[in-house]
Amino acid sequence: MSVFWALLHKDLLVGWRGKARLAGLASFAVALLLLFSFAVGPDSAALRDHASAYLWLAVLSASTLLLTQSFQQEVEAGALEGLLLLPVGPQALYFAKATANLLLLALLAAALLPLAVLLFDLAPAGSIPGLLAVLVLGAAGIVGPGTLYAALTAKVAAQQVALPVLLFPLVVPPMVAAVKATDLLLEGDPMGQLSSWLGILVVFDLVYWALSGLLFGKVVDG
Amino acid sequence: MSDPVVRTRDLCRRYGRRWALARLDLELLPGQRLLVMGQNGSGKTTLLRLLSTATQPTRGQLTLFGLSPSRQLLAIRRRLALLTHLPSLYEDLSGVENLQVVARLLDVPDQSARWLDEVGLDTRAEPVRGYSAGMRKRLAFARLLLQSPELALIDEPYGQLDPEGFKLADRLVAKLAQRGVTVVLASHLVERAAERCDRALLLHQGLPRWQGPAADAARAWRSLNRDAA
Repeated sequence: MSVFWALLHKDLLVGWRGKARLAGLASFAVALLLLFSFAVGPDSAALRDHASAYLWLAVLSASTLLLTQSFQQEVEAGALEGLLLLPVGPQALYFAKATANLLLLALLAAALLPLAVLLFDLAPAGSIPGLLAVLVLGAAGIVGPGTLYAALTAKVAAQQVALPVLLFPLVVPPMVAAVKATDLLLEGDPMGQLSSWLGILVVFDLVYWALSGLLFGKVVDG
Repeated sequence: MSDPVVRTRDLCRRYGRRWALARLDLELLPGQRLLVMGQNGSGKTTLLRLLSTATQPTRGQLTLFGLSPSRQLLAIRRRLALLTHLPSLYEDLSGVENLQVVARLLDVPDQSARWLDEVGLDTRAEPVRGYSAGMRKRLAFARLLLQSPELALIDEPYGQLDPEGFKLADRLVAKLAQRGVTVVLASHLVERAAERCDRALLLHQGLPRWQGPAADAARAWRSLNRDAA
């Protein structure tokens, strides 16, 4: 088994064992969606107009908890240091951890989508596989730099504060692209703008994952 | 004559403005067992972390197996194992699963049950979170055995263990020695640990105070403590 798959298996197993934490994460995201819905009130037109923004705000907020948790277990009993002292390259560590985070966050976003459709009275105009693809690409835009920053702040006492402060400014471009692309798939794309926003999202994902993979070793292997 | 497993020249490590370890010249041949003694804060753990490549020297030279950590890090890490007061375990995984993670990463056959049996643990499915400190230590020993290192770095092998555990730690160190593993062992239980070693190094406030045969370690340790008092 290659090192990447072994690490991914470990990260998913550790994530699965922390099911209660994952359930808490999902409840938090659902509560946020409900709050947005109640805050706007019964104006269904306004809800529909901003539905994709509410969906991505919920995903982004939940992501900070997911990312924090993903490194909590690593530093808790020195597990990360133990891993680093094995013949495991930091790139493999980063890509496995980021992929595990991506799978979990994309799964959460996909689970939130039907709830958003229901709460915000949506009738998706685009294809469901297209919507799922945007959710995966948007989630990748968050977890790419998010995994790096979660490692950076893992030993900081105020990690829950430090992580969003560092991460949120960086994910503005992919979030704008993800919101726009989701909006076009939900409300229709008469001007054919979808491919441009998807292109922007893919470019940011590639740049963020490549840079974070390169920098990860400097962050964890001081 | 074999190349040294460990060779340091003027090895120094500074944390902030404090020198945690300074001016250490050390050479260890394959199969040698070195006891590192010293009071709290004397630099024992820093030395083990430097030798494990977990931290880099501020100054001086370090070669392990004749290789340079700055150029051949992964090749070195494949051949050594570090056991510290932190057991390097995943709290939500069982003992077996923790060992399986390491076996997969090292691409070695999964013999978790054998290693657990060797340290007196069973293959229970309970997460490590429910283990006592002594059981964690035993599991950390199992992890070290699984790694089959050529250089074993052991910080406080007796820490958190009960008297039965002390005997187990002695047995495991003896087993490593039988296999020709080079061992660096840091401990406050000088007399006990010295029996398992052939050389000793005494550190005081980050500086090497004495090096010699392990048989003389207890005398050197008592002399240091008398001076300190």
